[in-house]
Amino acid sequence: MLELRGISKHFGAVQALTEVDFEVYPGEVVALVGDNGAGKSTLVKCVAGTHAPDDGKIVFEGREVKIASPSDATHLGIETVYQDLALCDNLDVVQNMFLGRERVQRLIPLAVEPLSEIEMEKQALDVLKSLRVTTIDSVRTKVVSLSGGQRQSVAISKAVMWNSKVVLLDEPTAALGVAQTEQVLALIAQLREQGLGVVVISHNLAEVLDVADRIVVLRLGRRAATFERGEATPDDVVAAITGARMLKIGGNR
Amino acid sequence: MAKGKMGSSVKHDVIAAEDVITSELTRGERALDLVWRSWLFIFLLGLIVFFWSQTPANSFLTGSNFKLIALNTSEVILLAIGETFVIVTAGIDLSIGGILLIAGTCGGKVMLALSGTHAQVQMGLYPHATTAICVGIAVCIVMGTAWGLVNGLLITLLKLPPFIVTLGTLGITFGLSDLISGGTNFFAPVPPSFTDKIGNGTFLGLYVPIWIAIFFLIVAHIVYHHLRFGRYTAAVGSNEEGARRTGIAVNRQIVKVYALAGFLAGSAAVLDLAIFTNISRASHSSDNLNAIGAVVIGGTSLFGGVGTIIGSAIGAFIPTIAQNGLVIMNVPSFWQEVLVGVTIIFAVYLDQVRRRRSSK
Ligand SMILES: Nc1ncnc2c1ncn2[C@@H]1O[C@H](COP(=O)(O)OP(=O)(O)OP(=O)(O)O)[C@@H](O)[C@H]1O
Ligand SMILES: [Mg+2]
Repeated sequence: MLELRGISKHFGAVQALTEVDFEVYPGEVVALVGDNGAGKSTLVKCVAGTHAPDDGKIVFEGREVKIASPSDATHLGIETVYQDLALCDNLDVVQNMFLGRERVQRLIPLAVEPLSEIEMEKQALDVLKSLRVTTIDSVRTKVVSLSGGQRQSVAISKAVMWNSKVVLLDEPTAALGVAQTEQVLALIAQLREQGLGVVVISHNLAEVLDVADRIVVLRLGRRAATFERGEATPDDVVAAITGARMLKIGGNR
Repeated sequence: MAKGKMGSSVKHDVIAAEDVITSELTRGERALDLVWRSWLFIFLLGLIVFFWSQTPANSFLTGSNFKLIALNTSEVILLAIGETFVIVTAGIDLSIGGILLIAGTCGGKVMLALSGTHAQVQMGLYPHATTAICVGIAVCIVMGTAWGLVNGLLITLLKLPPFIVTLGTLGITFGLSDLISGGTNFFAPVPPSFTDKIGNGTFLGLYVPIWIAIFFLIVAHIVYHHLRFGRYTAAVGSNEEGARRTGIAVNRQIVKVYALAGFLAGSAAVLDLAIFTNISRASHSSDNLNAIGAVVIGGTSLFGGVGTIIGSAIGAFIPTIAQNGLVIMNVPSFWQEVLVGVTIIFAVYLDQVRRRRSSK
């Protein structure tokens, strides 16, 4: 469904990505793993429209597409939950979930369109409920006073409530406790059931092996290896991440 | 999804949860919260009581004096509304006093030039007053908006800090105003009908300018709290990068907000001409102080993302009440600037304490 071909990206002298190919199909969870600085977040940002790749093609649903801005990505149905700066602290949960896509009443179209707060609040509650996010007391709480796990739940709920087709999650469980991590993983499985393509970045191998249909390893900005579900042992994945036994795995792309 | 099912429980859920949250605050935090929320009222009340006790009977605390205070506050309110939007984006506009001055200078000049021949106007005849007034008002507003637009474009296109850009345009606008006016007053007052109808006109017992300010306040309140414009302004100030990633046109929003501040400064210039019939640099040197003071004293955070229009409107009364009271007390009104300056610092300190509390 989403296919990247030969994506390269540099920041000044740092070559963050070198000719990376990547693909995700409907109803599939792909884990993107790699060491710190391997280029995982950069790859995600290239798809999300926050970074423009220097080189390479993005093919979505069979057509080559240009993703020049975040709204290009969301129009295509590609949603991203960022590792950092995902939510606006001073806005409440509902305001964040609808940010940029507010429901309004067309009082005077294009000029005066008051926000439909009640409608948005109801819908936000529905979404949180359907995703079994139960830890948030009030959807009118400002995000600044939520815990890391609560924020992540809000950020993911926000991303999946728009009929999106591909969801990119950058370390969605990094700040979470055990129970919350379980919830997020269950949520990811649920997204797969609904036929979405899910890309998960994670440093937690147990979690990756548990949830992913496919594991793609990035190393120093290059795609180093790919493992199908059940094909890899934790040792293999670690080896690919760190670069040990590169030769053996290198041909496995 | 269980759509519609929970309609009736929505409000209930929210209220119940808020109860939980407030009850979790310690007594100290609750006291602090209360002080923070109401100190502005206490301070304003204290100021009024102070001047009342320090001035002769029937001089300060009278209806006509408060009408005067409201009149003098109308301009500050317009400036403070624009500054509120700017500060909510985590920016600052130091140029609104200069924009007001240059808009008023140009608007006034145009008004006089179109009113009649130089000789006619000098004799107090204004044969084409109505056209002149309308064009003059348009010049003020277009001029103000244009300078605001310049601020916004410089900030977003050149990625310069708002502080520097607006400090620069403050210098430019003050300098250009003096060049245009020759550093002196107009050769004649603006058309008297303009002053009579707007500057000195009254409606339901209040001067017209304060009604205009109230109108702008209501509109601004709705825009800030109930329209996307306000929501995006707060989002940009809260997390600029996050807002950008959500697909909000952040730069366009910033340009709009500075243009709005310029538009309001231009509108304040219209009031200034109508009230004072003339415009001079000296009376606008502390506009920035008063407007920014009103906004931060009113509870808008310099860190961005949080603010209220009503708070700024109330805050706008502090400089004018202080000015008025000090004049009646026969104390040099320069103390007003000192007082506002001290209050600003105190207000920002309070905001910082609160932020540290809430994010710990
Ligand atoms: N905005 C930027 N400007 C300059 N360099 C950047 C920028 N973003 C990333 N880089 C660099 O690009 C490389 C890849 O970074 P990236 O954030 O994609 O790594 P990552 O795989 O997500 O790491 P982590 O596991 O720590 O999140 C790093 O060397 C990083 O320093
Ligand atoms: Mg990363």
